[in-house]
Amino acid sequence: MSAPLLHLRDVTLGYDRHPAVHHLSIEIARGSLTAVIGPNGAGKSTLLKALAGALAPLSGTIVADATLRIAYLPQSAALDRSFPICLFDLVAAGLWHRTGAFGSLTDTDRRLVHTALEQVGLQGFERRTLDALSGGQLQRALFARLILQDADLILLDEPFAAVDTKTSADLLDMIHAWHAQGRTIIAVLHDMHIVREHFPQCLLLARECVAHGSTDDVLTDKNLARARQMIEAFDEEAHICAQDGVS
Amino acid sequence: MMLVDALIGPFVEFEFMRRALVGCLALSLAAGPVGTFLMLRRMSLFGDAMAHAILPGAALGYLAFGLSLSAMTIGGLATGLLVVLLAGLVTRSTTMREDASIAGFYLISLALGVTIVSIKGSNVDLLRVLFGSILALDDAAMMLLAAMSTGTLLVLALIFRPLVMECVDPSFLRSVSRAGGPAHLVFLALVVTTLVSGFNALGTLLSVGMMMLPAIAARFWAVELTGMIIAATLIGLVSSLSGLILSFHTGLPSGPAIILVAGLLWLLSLALGPHGGLLLKLLPRKHLEA
Repeated sequence: MSAPLLHLRDVTLGYDRHPAVHHLSIEIARGSLTAVIGPNGAGKSTLLKALAGALAPLSGTIVADATLRIAYLPQSAALDRSFPICLFDLVAAGLWHRTGAFGSLTDTDRRLVHTALEQVGLQGFERRTLDALSGGQLQRALFARLILQDADLILLDEPFAAVDTKTSADLLDMIHAWHAQGRTIIAVLHDMHIVREHFPQCLLLARECVAHGSTDDVLTDKNLARARQMIEAFDEEAHICAQDGVS
Repeated sequence: MMLVDALIGPFVEFEFMRRALVGCLALSLAAGPVGTFLMLRRMSLFGDAMAHAILPGAALGYLAFGLSLSAMTIGGLATGLLVVLLAGLVTRSTTMREDASIAGFYLISLALGVTIVSIKGSNVDLLRVLFGSILALDDAAMMLLAAMSTGTLLVLALIFRPLVMECVDPSFLRSVSRAGGPAHLVFLALVVTTLVSGFNALGTLLSVGMMMLPAIAARFWAVELTGMIIAATLIGLVSSLSGLILSFHTGLPSGPAIILVAGLLWLLSLALGPHGGLLLKLLPRKHLEA
């Protein structure tokens, strides 16, 4: 067993001092394929955001290799689809680590973009603008961009939320391919069927870690019931967390 | 021959017309691309706010050094950039959204500007700052305009990729680069430079027109960013040329004439443009097979 890719030590994440995820201590093994599940408000997206480096922990540390290359696909709402660029340009942005902010695309880069588009079944759509794509096509495009990012750690936030079964099956194949290449993948998911079928590891969150381990051990009726009970409302009047001791 | 004479004659005959044309063309080259980004970022009214924001600096420059182009330009640039910077800082460090913080600072700035002008000057001075006079461009003013346009285009080219990604998918950009925030701020600074370089020629309010009208007209002529920028620049160039000719033959003030032509071109694009224009929407057209 090699050293873990990510090591979370007593990590608390949240906004404006209110924690969304409490005292999380887990290790993510190199090359693992993990589903993050839990009720609404469990802190799943917050966790991914923190792993991506977009949110600093309120306390605790996330230990990762500084050279670790991370690709993060948030829920698609953040994208402005009315902005007039074409699919090719959106996907080509995945080569940022090669081109940087100023470099131009070489012929090799262009070939890479075309290959990625072929892999997700979008060849022939290069000149389409983003508002002319269906939800499924856009998600395929974002997966093509992930391919180009060539990352060690891939973070996916509800990647199948707005896509049909054919598309999610194709995207799952993609995820398995990445897994086979030795990349580490963490995905927030809702569909328990997909989790059981495709994800060997599972993290059940309910504002703290309910269970983490192999999917069969985690997805028991007892754990799921406990997760539902543990979700409580965001409390404006919340006291300072007792686990931190009186300060 | 009559027509050619009417179109080219004024520029052949009068040096001030040639200067006015060169100045306007230089301004259009920078204003088109900058305006296109403003429109796409849903900041079409930002130029208007900034035009008000640069007033106190320009007025101070005018009062201290008289009708000195460089003093007014530097003053305008300084207040404009200050407003942008303060608004950016407030947006990043509080929950206040950018449009709200810009509104706050530009209103303070405008009130200061009007106060300065009313204490020290007359209304005529204020009009001079607000409406400019393209027909009185001297060498220095023209060089400044051309230099600022060139600089704006170069810098825009430099920040192009981060700026586009900051518009399309800011959270993706944050995950691969830190360039998004700076690119946005630099872009806002370019808006200020373009406005300030235009205000001696057209005045603050009309240089907003040169920035926004060609850009919003361009939306109806192209589907992709590159096409839109080219269309906006062309519409700006055409408006400058036709506006000056119109003003020469009718005696209309030149600045408003240019903007009126640009406005007319926008209305025409709205009606006839091939991408989302009204006419094509109203025509009954059979749908395609695929």
